[in-house]
Amino acid sequence: MANENTVIINGEPVVIEGEVNLLELVQKAGIELPTFCYHSELSVYGACRMCLVEVKGRGLQAACSTPPEPGMEIETHTEKTQKIRRMVLELLLANHDRECTTCDKSTVCKLQQLSQQLKLDDIRFKNRTKHQEKDLSSPALVRDPNKCILCGDCVRMCDEIQSIGVLDFANRGSDVIVGPAFKKKIGEVDCVNCGQCAAVCPTGAITVRSQMQNVWQAIQDPSKTVIAQIAPAIRVTVGEAFGLGPDAPLMGKMAASMRKMGFDKVYDTCLTADLTILEETNEFLHRLQEGGKLPIFTSCCPGWVKFAEQFYPDLLDNLSTCRSPQQMFGSLAKNYYAAELGIDPEDLYVVSVMPCTAKKFEAARSEFSKDGVPEVDAVLTTQELVAMIKEAGVRFNEIEARALDMPFGFATGAGVIFGNSGGVAEAVLRYAYEKVTGQELADVDFKIVRGLEGIKEAEIALPEVTLRLAVVSGLGNVRKLIERIRSGEARYDIVEVMTCPGGCIGGGGQLLPNNMENRERRTRELYAMDAGMPFRKSQDNPIVDKIYQKWLGEPNSHAAHEALHTSYKSRRRIEDSIAR
Amino acid sequence: MSTAKVDMNSVHKDYCQALKREKIRVAVCAGLGCIVNGALKLYDALEAEIKAKGIYADLSYLLEDESNSGCSVVKTGCQGFCEAGALIRIEPAGLVYIHVKPEDAAEIAERTLLKGEIIERLAYKAPYSDKAVAERNEIPFFSGQKQIVLRNCGIIDPSDIRDYIAHDGYLALQKALKEMSRDQVIATVIDSGLKGRGGAGFPAGRKWAFAKAEESDTKYMVCNADEGDPGAFMDRSVLEGDPHSIIEAMAIAGYAIGASHGYIYVRAEYPLAVARLKHALKEARDNGLLGNDILGSGFDFDIKIKEGAGAFVCGEESALLASIEGKRGMPRPKPPFPAQKGLWGYPTVINNVETLASVPLVILRGAEWFSSCGVGRSTGTKTFALSGKVRNTGLVEVPMGTTLRDMIFKIGGGIRDDKRFKAVQIGGPSGGCLTEEHLDLTLDYDSLAKVGAIIGSGGLVVMDEDTCMVEMARFFMHFTQSESCGKCVPCREGTKRMLEILEKIVAGKGTMEDLELLDEVARMVKDASLCGLGKTAPNPVLTMIKYFRDEYLAHVVDKRCPAGQCQAFKSYYIDPELCKGCGKCSRGCPAGAISGKPREAYGIDTEACLKCGACVEMCPFGAIGKGDGPKSKEDNERNG
Repeated sequence: MANENTVIINGEPVVIEGEVNLLELVQKAGIELPTFCYHSELSVYGACRMCLVEVKGRGLQAACSTPPEPGMEIETHTEKTQKIRRMVLELLLANHDRECTTCDKSTVCKLQQLSQQLKLDDIRFKNRTKHQEKDLSSPALVRDPNKCILCGDCVRMCDEIQSIGVLDFANRGSDVIVGPAFKKKIGEVDCVNCGQCAAVCPTGAITVRSQMQNVWQAIQDPSKTVIAQIAPAIRVTVGEAFGLGPDAPLMGKMAASMRKMGFDKVYDTCLTADLTILEETNEFLHRLQEGGKLPIFTSCCPGWVKFAEQFYPDLLDNLSTCRSPQQMFGSLAKNYYAAELGIDPEDLYVVSVMPCTAKKFEAARSEFSKDGVPEVDAVLTTQELVAMIKEAGVRFNEIEARALDMPFGFATGAGVIFGNSGGVAEAVLRYAYEKVTGQELADVDFKIVRGLEGIKEAEIALPEVTLRLAVVSGLGNVRKLIERIRSGEARYDIVEVMTCPGGCIGGGGQLLPNNMENRERRTRELYAMDAGMPFRKSQDNPIVDKIYQKWLGEPNSHAAHEALHTSYKSRRRIEDSIAR
Repeated sequence: MSTAKVDMNSVHKDYCQALKREKIRVAVCAGLGCIVNGALKLYDALEAEIKAKGIYADLSYLLEDESNSGCSVVKTGCQGFCEAGALIRIEPAGLVYIHVKPEDAAEIAERTLLKGEIIERLAYKAPYSDKAVAERNEIPFFSGQKQIVLRNCGIIDPSDIRDYIAHDGYLALQKALKEMSRDQVIATVIDSGLKGRGGAGFPAGRKWAFAKAEESDTKYMVCNADEGDPGAFMDRSVLEGDPHSIIEAMAIAGYAIGASHGYIYVRAEYPLAVARLKHALKEARDNGLLGNDILGSGFDFDIKIKEGAGAFVCGEESALLASIEGKRGMPRPKPPFPAQKGLWGYPTVINNVETLASVPLVILRGAEWFSSCGVGRSTGTKTFALSGKVRNTGLVEVPMGTTLRDMIFKIGGGIRDDKRFKAVQIGGPSGGCLTEEHLDLTLDYDSLAKVGAIIGSGGLVVMDEDTCMVEMARFFMHFTQSESCGKCVPCREGTKRMLEILEKIVAGKGTMEDLELLDEVARMVKDASLCGLGKTAPNPVLTMIKYFRDEYLAHVVDKRCPAGQCQAFKSYYIDPELCKGCGKCSRGCPAGAISGKPREAYGIDTEACLKCGACVEMCPFGAIGKGDGPKSKEDNERNG
């Protein structure tokens, strides 16, 4: 029986429990409505019309934009709605470059999936004939307008979540396109390369710029020694491609697979994450004691660094001068390790495996090259690594885990949690506490900075000083926080910034779907991994110790500065006076 | 009258007294059509002549002294009878002169203004009888009309607020502010039955009530003046001819819903309307009729103008709001409705120009007065832009419920060149097409809905036997496709494919499958589109296929265009008996499709022929004809 708070869906009553739209309610009733343009984190767009349902007394309504009302009676699969869905799909496909076999998004493409689901067997319209050029201007992303279905997901992601807005619609009617203003290319505008657009794109219209061929080439070149570093957030994602859960020894499997593929050594970026903690915390404590620029903003996230250079050049002195863990690794590898191996830095090919598309841009920054030799030669995203494992024919599910290589294969829990929002801040606290108090930290868990909320705040009392922390992810949230800091409304000592919502576990190069559910799970698994590690503090990493002893002296030494720090420059293209 | 404490009744009285001393008013139509036909020069000439006669008296002169009187000449907004421009209206005699030239000014001043004679040469000529008719209410174009919206257009000087006030202007605002509660204002508008004239026909008063019910410190009142239907110019005429009526109505609406900010969203392609509005806004502010504490009531209200960059979709209210906010004009799904979450997220009422133009009279004369005009649930009047193949094209206003027959054959004067009436497209590119069988249908919301058409914003395009209904559908589809914002799939992709199929049929390449697919896509676009543009875009096609199916079949099956309009079905031939072989046609053919030897008969390569018809014009001997050619001619001769 229908009660006061019930919607009848296909004849069955379903209770409304805070669902904001019919789409969610229908989902709860066990029915998946197809959609291209609905994302719970983005504003409701209502454009693809795939989720139309028949509401008694009101006719056809888009489920995504209709709030459930008690007493509503809806039908989800009527003759009319099914006809419409098929026709929408047919129209989209007719206008789509259907080169599925060579498409990067094949098998994860929503358009492809829905065509399969609806068993569309014929397209009665002429195929599109206008071919638009691919945009290859960005080191991180590829835009193929021929595959764009104009759902606007990337537009809203870039504008609403990341507050950048380099993508928008242009033209009218069937000439409508999505792209940067004035027909510019994505590499010429204020894109920070975060790749969140690619992560929401339902088709192959925006994809990760692949460097797989470069890496294969290096592997097959006998003169090159190819070493890899694996970022913290990869270890909770790669299993998704093979149906493996957290119990599988994914790091070991990756190490084994990559060696099979031809990598000479497989290392862990967690190590240089620990190094980052030592450098950054000392830099921070120095600023705190000497009255330097505060708050200090973390600098491990390349999307954020470019964002700051573009939109907040006045805050660049607040950024920590520490390089990101990726670039610290590259620097140590090329400047010290190559010599130790007795090879020319040019012949040491450094590959990083990252959850991140912006890392590709970071690796290509001129300050991270010496005499034309980049310190990190190639950046593979999780997606590319998985593709390479498959290409190499490695049976990942069956391969036996192997230990990572030394010296750079040693991780602590502090390094592992770099992979999600709050992790860097927590790792800093684990070190700062002991550094400031000289006492051992009994409970290393600072749960206050954990979680997927966009802006987290915490005050941590140390003897003599209380540290005020902010942890922020998603550049829209970053903008909000900075405005609050600038207005004096908020004061912090340390601000941890990550570009992607939830941090690197939700990076633009991660496996799809990169949805809330997956982000939550990856975060959970990362903290579980940290909890199970024998060493959980950066300062306890014995290799870090060795690196200082052997190469760098002590944190923030001259040698450390040379190897592990960097500087920033304004990238503002329009002067303030004009922009305002 | 510069303080807020002013009493409009006494101001109104003063102006009325002055106008009583205006013995004659010559109202020169300064609508766009008449301006093109020299109305401004005509005005200058008339003013000079009247001054020369020593009888000139404008409103300032009349107000100066109670003994001043004379004859005034004013530039008015569009008087509607665009076919007959430039035209003037002479009151109180009630005369209309058409096709007036500046050279006629002296004669008009001498004979009509001084002596009261009618100049037959300048009068309207009745069709068939050619009888001269100068009396406005005897000219069918005018006598069939009832003007509420256009009450002041064509008689007052739109650039002078005093003239508006003298014609009962701002009395309704005073009445609302001083004698009525906000609920009473809304109840009056609801009771009047006034519906939105922009196309959707939603009851205006109910919109107001929704917005009033919303709790918010900030609310907005928006006037939709983004008139975009091809050939429609009702709103432009009101804005140009009576801008204060819109300002007054917006203030009344603002008071009713609790808004203190208003926006007029007007097309930038209407520069004269924008200029008149800006001037009127300044006048209203200078006179304390906009701004703070209007008429001492404590109510604050002001209006900004936002010029639209010319996108048809911005007439859709949510796209319009996005455009005001500086975003790309694209509609968003509703709910929430603008009355709940509108401009910048605040409750907003959006009314069309014509809807608002009725409001002051609804308030002043009451709901009953308004609802007594019209038929059934369609009350009041409706303006139409009458165009196409009728004798009298122009802007007309009729009571709701007027028949199409009266509209086309009485007011419109019937079909031009005595051709046969074929169809009428009503409601612009969103409307449907109606045929002879609908001529006795009344123009109102309900009866039009029954036959799949809408009043829309009021475009009426009349078609005769020479109009091809497939080509007509293609024309409208081309318009809606190029104006689609491209947001939702059905509208963006569906209209594109519909246009493709229509182009194919017009080009003679259509198949029966195409016709079925066209119908299927059209229905889907109608059902599934996000906004009104898409939902109504298939209307022309659907109604034309319904009422003129034979014509579509003729294109598809018989490969011919019964109206003889479609290029693809045209053919040309050279009659060998008449051709002298001069080669002129061959040299002039842009496609190089004609060849032959000198002094022998030339021939046309029908495959290469573009069917432009240029050769027909060029042939000095009349040897080139339209049609299937000498073969049929020979047949005729044989049979004859």
